Amino acid sequence: MDRKEYDQLAESLKPTGHKMKNAFYAFLYGGVIGAIAQGVLEFFMNVYHVKQEDATPMMIITLVFISCLLTGLGIYDKLAQKAGAGTFIPITGFANSMTSCALDSQSEGLIMGIGSNMFKLGGTVITYGIVSSALLGVIRYVITLFG
Amino acid sequence: MNYIMAFLFSGFVCLIAQLIYDHSRLTPGHITSLFVVLGSFLDLFHIYDRLVDIFHAGALIPITSFGHSLMHGAMAATKEYGVFGIAMGMFDLTAAGISAAILFGFLVAILFKPKS
Repeated sequence: MDRKEYDQLAESLKPTGHKMKNAFYAFLYGGVIGAIAQGVLEFFMNVYHVKQEDATPMMIITLVFISCLLTGLGIYDKLAQKAGAGTFIPITGFANSMTSCALDSQSEGLIMGIGSNMFKLGGTVITYGIVSSALLGVIRYVITLFG
Repeated sequence: MNYIMAFLFSGFVCLIAQLIYDHSRLTPGHITSLFVVLGSFLDLFHIYDRLVDIFHAGALIPITSFGHSLMHGAMAATKEYGVFGIAMGMFDLTAAGISAAILFGFLVAILFKPKS
């Protein structure tokens, strides 16, 4: 059996109903995280009397902290099993990927373990974020020079 | 009202990601990278700024906003420092998220035992 046949067979045996359910849970959990973020954002805007732009970093730090703590307690990974993209797309998923990589490589020591493995999964986001922003940034800079 | 808007947009982005995840062979790493690139692309014509104005935290919390913030900081710095501003201002807005993730991730890795 070559790869194509195997793929067809595997595709036909896949359960179909769970994709709808996965999509629903991703929407639900992602939405709830968004609503919590909105609550935290408005809290900081009211407490420090600052604009939304200035309250955004505070909100992100708070959510990253909660996410790291939940990862350490093993709760975030349980949520992720059900929520799928609902937990890896928000910024909390980025914090979760870094924390869990660091936590899993704890036994290899402080430098070769935690220090060097922290960005194993999360690093791709930073790399491609910077590469694409730099490329597009140069394009926009050139446009503003001539425009 | 802001809460409903935040819920809907954040949920919508996650829904799209989940659909891509279920109907392709891409891993979460591929999808998050794709969404970051999309976020910085949407900042090119200030589209993402409008989304943030409408959906508030709903547009700030998905990873797309990371690309948007990188681009936004870079562009703001070019006004002052020219082309060097792209590298100088890149982390201006995202510094909080990355620093917090490194710091808290490190502390958790020191203090907690891995759960299998």
